Amino acid sequence: MPVKTEEMILNMGPQHPSTHGVLRLELLLEGEIIKGVKPHIGYLHRCFEKHAEAMTYPQVIPYVDRLDYLSSMYNEFGYVTAVEKLLGIEVPQRVEYIRVIMGELQRIASHLVAIGTYGADLGAFTPFLFAFRDREKILSLFEITCGARLLYNYIWIGGLSHDLHPDFVRLAREFIPYFRPKIKEMNDLLSYNKIFVERTANVGILPPETAINFGVSGPNLRGSGLKWDLRRNDPYSVYDKFDFNIPVGEGRMGTVGDCWDRYFVRILEMEESLKIIEQALDQLPEGDVTSAIPKRVKPPIGQVYARVENPRGELGYFIISDGSVNPFRVKVRAPSFISLSVMDELCRGHMIADVIAILGSIDIVLGEIDR
Amino acid sequence: MKTTEEIFNLLKEKFGESIIEFKTGVPVEDFIVVNPFEIDKVCTFLRDTDSYQFNNLMNLSGVDDANGKKITGEQGEVKLEGRTFSLFYHLESMSLKQKVTLAVRMPGENPEVSSVSEIWRSADWHEREAFDMFGIKFLNHPDLRRILMPYDWEAGYPLRKDYKNPEFYQGMKVPY
Repeated sequence: MPVKTEEMILNMGPQHPSTHGVLRLELLLEGEIIKGVKPHIGYLHRCFEKHAEAMTYPQVIPYVDRLDYLSSMYNEFGYVTAVEKLLGIEVPQRVEYIRVIMGELQRIASHLVAIGTYGADLGAFTPFLFAFRDREKILSLFEITCGARLLYNYIWIGGLSHDLHPDFVRLAREFIPYFRPKIKEMNDLLSYNKIFVERTANVGILPPETAINFGVSGPNLRGSGLKWDLRRNDPYSVYDKFDFNIPVGEGRMGTVGDCWDRYFVRILEMEESLKIIEQALDQLPEGDVTSAIPKRVKPPIGQVYARVENPRGELGYFIISDGSVNPFRVKVRAPSFISLSVMDELCRGHMIADVIAILGSIDIVLGEIDR
Repeated sequence: MKTTEEIFNLLKEKFGESIIEFKTGVPVEDFIVVNPFEIDKVCTFLRDTDSYQFNNLMNLSGVDDANGKKITGEQGEVKLEGRTFSLFYHLESMSLKQKVTLAVRMPGENPEVSSVSEIWRSADWHEREAFDMFGIKFLNHPDLRRILMPYDWEAGYPLRKDYKNPEFYQGMKVPY
């Protein structure tokens, strides 16, 4: 009697510890082999874009915090960049430097969560605890700056809500030598671990042409070996004043663009972020951080698309102004939204267990996907 | 690097009537208005020609233009006559480092546009979102379903300016 095979549909999620939020993946299986993946999203949909139309421009800032809740500082950074471009205002140098410092600290914090949870997904629990221990230090730095640990409302249009705490520069300087050895520790513990490498190398290979065609950006694109970073290729704020490298995937453990490459780009980026923070702290100018904040934000009729390099990739805001105090339209180009759409392409032909490895490696945040 | 105006003139030569107008004077960004049924041809040309190489679709965004005249019908229903929807395409060439913004305008009664998801796969989900939020139909889209709202949402398209919250969703009271 011939063996009968048939395709099967398996739902992974919406409640699943490895989906990093409320996401349902509809897997089309032939035995254990993936034939296709259909992501179903929208479980966290809060109609941010509709809300924004009813708010004034400054009132939108607390809402953007809640998009990608692991990198709130950078969401604010992107939003104010767009609105300032629309208004055509210059902000003081000190403000720009503080924004960069906060943004890079946020990048490290966000990458630590990505790396830690990735390890936890694949069965290594200790790196998760180590990553969260170090992230805690960064959150404490944010706490003395603005009083909040996760959702800050710190970066305002034209400035900052208030200046740095007198101790901030000292504490931030202390953090850098503390954190440098921890990157090496993470490498010894997780990056070169045999089990981890076996699970991630040669899995979920994303060729650069596919990545570009899908609009994938950030560490996922750089993992495919493409040197593309908006901080360098389309500089905003004061990023052109710093010296840093753009790490790319080299296929050290397998093929260029596999899960390990995407993971390792994040490790290397933390080191580069430390470099930027160090230089920014050295160059930090004096000045008033609230002087350029407009009393009433009422941009002229027009539209703008502004983008920044968020920890997850290209975060873009498309804002249309009709000349009133409320934005006419705010569209968020969320990097995770685009990264998730490539899942089907990455998973096909792999085993079910690899779905977890691939999903973890593209580092999504559902708050931003569903908005 | 070409400016948007230069690209407009070159496209106008090639596609003629399909390239409708060049909008400038608005702060910050210029854009080119294209015929909605020709947008896929224009985009294919912009991606595959060596002097443009627009290989990256950064963003695709639907907009309710909130124009049109309010007309009250016989039963007291309010209709907007002459309203339009727009779509904005933000393209970028990663190799030549140039950007351009395209736009299409569609009539409010039956907004239809050719899909560009064959050209840039990233457009797939962006277009589904525009369909979900504005009810814009993308012709030749491989899988045009709602993406963020529930599949059984019957109360219309939330980002339209005249959207009203429904009283009930599947027999449940909203707001509950």
